[in-house]
Amino acid sequence: MNTYGVQAIYRFEMARWLRTLGQSLFSPVLSTSLYFIVFGSAIGSRMMEIGGVSYGEFIVPGLIMLSILTESVSNASFGIYMPRWAGTIYELLSAPVSAFEAVCGYVGAAATKSVIIGLVILATARLFVNYEVQNWPAMLAFLVLTSISFCLFGFILGVLADGFEKLQIVPMLILTPLTFLGGTFYSIDMLPEPWRTVTLFNPVVYLISGFRWAFFGAQAADVNIVVSLSAIGVFLAACLAIVWRIFKTGYRLKA
Amino acid sequence: MAEPIISIRDVSKTYKSGLQALKPINLDIMKGEIFALLGPNGAGKTTLISIICGIVNPSSGTVTADGHDIIRDYKAARRKIGLVPQELHTDAFERVIDTVSFSRGLFGFAPNPAHIEKVLRDLSLWEKRNDKIMALSGGMKRRVMIAKALSHEPKILFLDEPTAGVDVELRRDMWAMVRGLRENGVTIILTTHYIEEAEEMADRVGVIDKGQLIVVEEKNALMRKLGKKQLTLELPAPLERIPDGLNGYTLELAAGGNQLIYSFDAQAEDTGIPALLKRLSDVGVDFKDLHTEQSSLEDIFVSLVHRTT
Ligand SMILES: Nc1ncnc2c1ncn2[C@@H]1O[C@H](COP(=O)(O)OP(=O)(O)OP(=O)(O)O)[C@@H](O)[C@H]1O
Ligand SMILES: [Mg+2]
Repeated sequence: MNTYGVQAIYRFEMARWLRTLGQSLFSPVLSTSLYFIVFGSAIGSRMMEIGGVSYGEFIVPGLIMLSILTESVSNASFGIYMPRWAGTIYELLSAPVSAFEAVCGYVGAAATKSVIIGLVILATARLFVNYEVQNWPAMLAFLVLTSISFCLFGFILGVLADGFEKLQIVPMLILTPLTFLGGTFYSIDMLPEPWRTVTLFNPVVYLISGFRWAFFGAQAADVNIVVSLSAIGVFLAACLAIVWRIFKTGYRLKA
Repeated sequence: MAEPIISIRDVSKTYKSGLQALKPINLDIMKGEIFALLGPNGAGKTTLISIICGIVNPSSGTVTADGHDIIRDYKAARRKIGLVPQELHTDAFERVIDTVSFSRGLFGFAPNPAHIEKVLRDLSLWEKRNDKIMALSGGMKRRVMIAKALSHEPKILFLDEPTAGVDVELRRDMWAMVRGLRENGVTIILTTHYIEEAEEMADRVGVIDKGQLIVVEEKNALMRKLGKKQLTLELPAPLERIPDGLNGYTLELAAGGNQLIYSFDAQAEDTGIPALLKRLSDVGVDFKDLHTEQSSLEDIFVSLVHRTT
């Protein structure tokens, strides 16, 4: 195992992020605050409780997921797309670094950033609503697992993309709709059929539901926690398999 | 002769576009030598180097570096190799010292600030160590790339056109650096379009053209073998034509008949010069001065590449 290599990549990526730490944290914090003002305070005051929690509390887990998903994908995709675009990828390709090690470095750093952003948003949310987390270990585990999974997804996107536009289009056209329709702002029980069934094909539903379970317990969750965990597991495994193939064949990395 | 440190066996490359950039290549690079790879644009030099360094997948064949197969045992092989690619690819916002330290770590080596300092000093980058890379000039960026390649103390160094776009002074510096590395036992493979560079530096020369290795030869032997020598005789009075008695010699008149030039094969046992001189006095041609010239590697290179077209 080339641990120095993994460390080098990890530190490089974290340094890149820390150079613009202010911006990196400011935009997710600002957008979450806006959501809380609009949905939590303004609209939320007119909403009834969902699954035994107030609407303001109810949207906390979903909003954190919303930020984490977009930040993970954009951070991780940018981290590997930049060297491809600038040509500095030659060094990684010529280094004694295995696929697994490269992924540990790049995805590890991106996931670290996501978890930090998630925790900062969690703290910000406390300024607006008085939520309690029932199950801290489960909440943190969900945070970490989701970050890793979507950073892997972003990494794949960064490897496959052949232009900066693609890096932006995928999060915009796929991720944003999935998160908005994934139960961030509502419980899927509130949807009429057939939308309720259609929604069950959205993987983000399972993430948000599981995350909400960790916050408020089973009565606030849309689906069983085991189903949620399995959904993340499958997504993670699929991403790992794709990454493994990419490095095996050198697809889009090597001529 | 020394043992090979890189063995290339039947390595070929056909890009996805269908272009065959390399026909099967067989080549041994010897431990401790400076090997110059010459060839016109698009000949396949960068492709060959990229295959050895793991950036391009070969279509066929095997390569070993210091006994390690570059694919099966890529970690061991790559730890020994440093690469300075042809294109200037550097980070922008990082500091010089950070990017060089990063390279060392990436190649799996424990931090060694003393070595990094030495490399930066050797390349006159120490004063600039805290500068952002984007603030450096092109020549300085080239040095940063060399420093990155040397950060992990490689035994084998690839320099793909290291002196392209580099001023005369820096070029001399680089030559000195390359010689210093060789003295420390580093094997160096370089490509260049400045033939004088190969002539000055290389122990052996390989000429590649259209994906084919057409010559691999010790530089001196190559020059001896392919180098034409010319004997120029300065005549006291111009000749209108070559006297009849000199048929059978490859002679030509130059400088308006004031010079008589005799071309001969430098490799031949008998250059024919004594006989020619005797013959000249027989037919009554006098001369006031004479000198010989040897063709440069550049002439050789041009004639080789033309021969295959
Ligand atoms: N990634 C690629 N995909 C397709 N063709 C390529 C690729 N890289 C190089 N080629 C082609 O392969 C051939 C050999 O290119 P290569 O870069 O190895 O030449 P070179 O000898 O290094 O030339 P130069 O002196 O200009 O650097 C060229 O015809 C080039 O167009
Ligand atoms: Mg080239």
